[in-house]
Amino acid sequence: MSDPIITADNLDLYYGDFQALHGIHLDFEPHQISALIGPSGCGKSTFLRCLNRMNDMIDGVTITGMVKFHDQNIYSPQTNLVDLRKEIGMVFQQPNPFPFSVYDNITYGLRIAGVRDKQKLDEIVERSLKQAAVWDEVKDNLYDNALSFSGGQQQRICIARVLAVSPSVILMDEPTSALDPISSAKIENTLLELKKEYTIIIVTHNLQQASRISDKTAFFMEGRVVEYDDTSKMFVNPDNKQTEDYVSGRFG
Amino acid sequence: MQNQKLAKQLMKKSKTARYERFGHLLSLSALLLIMAIVLGIIVFVATKGLSTFFNDHISFKDFFTGTLWNPGTKTPSGHQAVGALPMIVGSFLVTILAAVVSTPFAIGTAVYMTEISPKRGAKILQPVTELLVGIPSVVYGFIGLSVVVPFVRNTFGGSGFGILSGTFVLFVMILPTIVSMTVDSLKSVPKYYRQASLALGATKWQTIWKVVLRAATPGILTAVVFGMARAFGEALAVQMVIGNAALMPHNLVSPASTLTSVLTAGMGNTVMGSLQNDALWSLALVLLVMSLFFNLLVHFIGRKGAFKK
Repeated sequence: MSDPIITADNLDLYYGDFQALHGIHLDFEPHQISALIGPSGCGKSTFLRCLNRMNDMIDGVTITGMVKFHDQNIYSPQTNLVDLRKEIGMVFQQPNPFPFSVYDNITYGLRIAGVRDKQKLDEIVERSLKQAAVWDEVKDNLYDNALSFSGGQQQRICIARVLAVSPSVILMDEPTSALDPISSAKIENTLLELKKEYTIIIVTHNLQQASRISDKTAFFMEGRVVEYDDTSKMFVNPDNKQTEDYVSGRFG
Repeated sequence: MQNQKLAKQLMKKSKTARYERFGHLLSLSALLLIMAIVLGIIVFVATKGLSTFFNDHISFKDFFTGTLWNPGTKTPSGHQAVGALPMIVGSFLVTILAAVVSTPFAIGTAVYMTEISPKRGAKILQPVTELLVGIPSVVYGFIGLSVVVPFVRNTFGGSGFGILSGTFVLFVMILPTIVSMTVDSLKSVPKYYRQASLALGATKWQTIWKVVLRAATPGILTAVVFGMARAFGEALAVQMVIGNAALMPHNLVSPASTLTSVLTAGMGNTVMGSLQNDALWSLALVLLVMSLFFNLLVHFIGRKGAFKK
């Protein structure tokens, strides 16, 4: 077992007076897909957004505890948010490409980081779109508005946009819940390819999806981690009664 | 018996159906009336304006390229002195300059109001811009006359009346229009674009500059065109500070005139059907056509830039 790349340690989160996360402890290992599952409102998306500090933008959020990325606490005042988010990218539930061309979408992260070399940009565009398994569908229309593609293609363009800045971790917040089954399957295959190079943490409502693609699964309930273990164990022989009830569809 | 009664009732038009029809007719007639008025105005101005060319036999070339405006008299070369070029140039200059000066200010204000400090924007700046819209143009003109004109005279020389003073006054007048429309277009940029940008490691400023403003560009252009339409059509305030000399402007501080200022100055002093009167109608026609052009431009930009979703 290798060293964890991200560790959450005793993480509490409050929306105003309401405590949404209670003392979360979780370790994520590199080059694995970790799934966060649980009923709606259990805090799994909230927790995911803690990992690249996207909750900072919401008014009234207080966070205590630590999230360590390569042994650095990302909530320490020295953390450079810009650098952090280049290392830990995020794909959202709704496909959200910018209303620009595909090319401009993919190069956005690089350009704001100061990359100007056209040849390098071209290379990265091709590489990331290929990694996201959408190159064949968009290569002839790189300069078309990204919004003119289908939802599934848009989501893979968004994945490519994150890959272009070469993060080490990719957070995904229900990336396929707005898509049809065929597009979802394509994205799942993409993720299985990507885990060779990246660490993926995915929030999903789709239990089959979690069991198909993830190596480890964390089950959240009411702001607490009920159980966290290898996916094969979680879905077949979980230790906890609540986990068993949830994965077998008795509630949730 | 019961069934027959019911059948009879069902065959008749119900009360609600009649109300429905009444409401439909009412709104249709309102629409037709407005269309008739607009069409009537266009036809009226067009016939009057075109009679300069067809009844008084002024050539289009003399009108649009001549630089001497004194309808009823002749130029030294023997043509009628109805050259509208100085006014056309004046109108376009004040409009374009006012838009050029206003746009950066307006974008800055709008960005502050929506992105940087939405609370203060909604509490203070929103009412202020609304107040600016409500100030009558004669007040703007009066302030322009007593503050801007002396300022321009002391700073740049000349009489102080001219394009520059007109630009300053129009700048303040069209600023609130551009600001409020730019605010609307910035607000219509979905929040998830901002999130996506921040999640890719962009700073807040980069997000505003490269995503929000870029996504809102069609809306901002529409705002600027609306501001220009307002500046182009503004008469009173401009007339009070521009100097009203129907001359080709040599520089920005020499007295000049716009289509609107010549119209307001001259409309009471001519006889219907005379060349002097027809020439004024031609100016009005040019104004009308330009307003239509601005409107079409707005539609075109709006259609091209609408968020596909």
